[in-house]
Amino acid sequence: MPDKPRVVREARPYINPYLGGALLGVVLFAAFFITGSGLGASAAINRLMSALLELFAPEHVDRVGYLAAMGGGTSISLAHSTVAMFAGTLLGGFVSGLVGRRVKPELRKGPQIGAGTRIAAAIIGGILMGYGARLARGCTSGQALSGGAVLSVGSFAFMFSIFIAAYALAYFLRRLWN
Amino acid sequence: MAPFDLSSIADTAPYYLIFLALGLAFGAVLEMSGFGDSRKLAAQFYLKDMTVLKVMFTAIVTACVLIFSASAIGILDFSFVAVPPTYLMPGIIGGLIMGVGFIIGGFCPGTSVVAAGTLKLDGIAFVGGVGIGTLLFSETASLLTSFRYSTFMGRFLLSELFGLPEGVTVLLLVGMALLMFYGAELAERRFGRGEAITRAALIPRNRFTIAGAGALLGTAALVAVIGQPSAEEKWPMAANRAGISLENRDPYVHPAEIAQWRADSSVSVRMLDVRSEGDFNRFHILGAIRVSPSELTDSQFIRSLQEAPANTLTFVVSNGETRATAAWKQLLAQGLTNLYIVEGGINNWLTVFPPDACIAVPVKGRQPGEEELAFAFTQAVGDDCYSAHPEVDFKESPTDCYLEAHPELKQRPANNAVRPVPFDRQRKVTFQPKVKMKKAGAPKGGCG
Repeated sequence: MPDKPRVVREARPYINPYLGGALLGVVLFAAFFITGSGLGASAAINRLMSALLELFAPEHVDRVGYLAAMGGGTSISLAHSTVAMFAGTLLGGFVSGLVGRRVKPELRKGPQIGAGTRIAAAIIGGILMGYGARLARGCTSGQALSGGAVLSVGSFAFMFSIFIAAYALAYFLRRLWN
Repeated sequence: MAPFDLSSIADTAPYYLIFLALGLAFGAVLEMSGFGDSRKLAAQFYLKDMTVLKVMFTAIVTACVLIFSASAIGILDFSFVAVPPTYLMPGIIGGLIMGVGFIIGGFCPGTSVVAAGTLKLDGIAFVGGVGIGTLLFSETASLLTSFRYSTFMGRFLLSELFGLPEGVTVLLLVGMALLMFYGAELAERRFGRGEAITRAALIPRNRFTIAGAGALLGTAALVAVIGQPSAEEKWPMAANRAGISLENRDPYVHPAEIAQWRADSSVSVRMLDVRSEGDFNRFHILGAIRVSPSELTDSQFIRSLQEAPANTLTFVVSNGETRATAAWKQLLAQGLTNLYIVEGGINNWLTVFPPDACIAVPVKGRQPGEEELAFAFTQAVGDDCYSAHPEVDFKESPTDCYLEAHPELKQRPANNAVRPVPFDRQRKVTFQPKVKMKKAGAPKGGCG
């Protein structure tokens, strides 16, 4: 008998989006119920960067007001609940990816662009996201999702702004994705 | 009662474990919904795959219905739930910038973390980009200060914007979300799978979809009917949370202790005077704000009180204690912290810090505990007498009639030396300290 052919383990399909949304809603509720605030991601990334900067230029962190509030003097940028949540999010994504057989180094991109373009676009998009998220005091998770669930007016205005800008530009950037 | 006060375990392992666990669940749900795939996310903006909208809005309305249900049945105190404060223009401009970032980069910060967790190279690049972006912001934040704090509206709910009860707003939000889902399904069929939209396709058929939508709408309708708890129902929970017992007279603070706090420059003391305008004009403690009964339930006013810095101590005062206690309950139920009552009210205050006889004399036969001024004022002094600011060095501005009684004060001592303190104002008052300052103020934001 010949050797068994090596089976390429196909990624499992994603769950139904409404089920996913309902589960996410329960997680969000749990966050509010237990801690009094919602979920978030961007603040932790800011703290990670501040911590990184502290390794190389601690005086700089002490001088820039926005960074000093996180890691100035003897305070530690990483000693914060958002950083713990960030670590959890990373780990949660990994575990769910393992179960769904989706953990593998790969680049997701539109068919018409090369890997370099995709990486550059991801970095530029990330910079804009990071900057906007700090200006808006929260990202899609911290402002839109968490604020939306507690009916914050500003969060809804914020959410619609994201969608408006993305839809307005989608046509012009269609080469990136289609 | 929820939410739990985690400040007591802050910076311990269990504290971080709670957030780690929440993050774990958050990341897992995002990943299994497909949020780790930038192409799936970007497809949202070409109306081919509406997963982002479906997941986000299902999550928002599910959490929203659960939060307001829990609040309606009294297991969650919504006053202590952090509502991201509204800074309208920074939010809109930040949102527009993020929208551009979304369509270029294909992620938002949370989803890129999940993508990085499953080793998607574009996700890792995006997280790096977000890092650079937040750092750029940190460096330029000082240039944007006035804009960042502009159009501030505080804790501002949609229900307040529309002038509707919270429950009704939740019901409307659920209805709007269901309509959006319906539109999303049609869009996917048309643009995602290229099907024509036939009449048959317009009728939802999936039993689970219908059951889920029904459950959400039903619960939201129930929440709207039950309504949110009133202040009278909520204050015992708030008191319980803060560990304050009215029976033990915990919130009643002796005037002498209050005077001490007023003299403490590390604390900002706020006096809320709930008496009539007439009594207020006759006499009030220096810096007191007169609060009318309608203001006690005015969300705008309550918000302005909540925005005070964390080192603010608030005292409620009436002539006696009855009205002040009622107001205290209302304010406590609406989420105010470091909130106390002036023991014995203005009448006790005036007994401890007696005004000059030429300004006011005690009314014979009137008990100090009564809700009527137990002093007869010869003139409306407002806050212009020693009793209104006993913590200030009163010797600097003795009243004329006080000088009549103490002629030795008329002579300013040489070299601006401090004047001797007359005996009757020097007497020591003993009291039981009651104030326990809690520096953690009202809950702030999730992402901050």
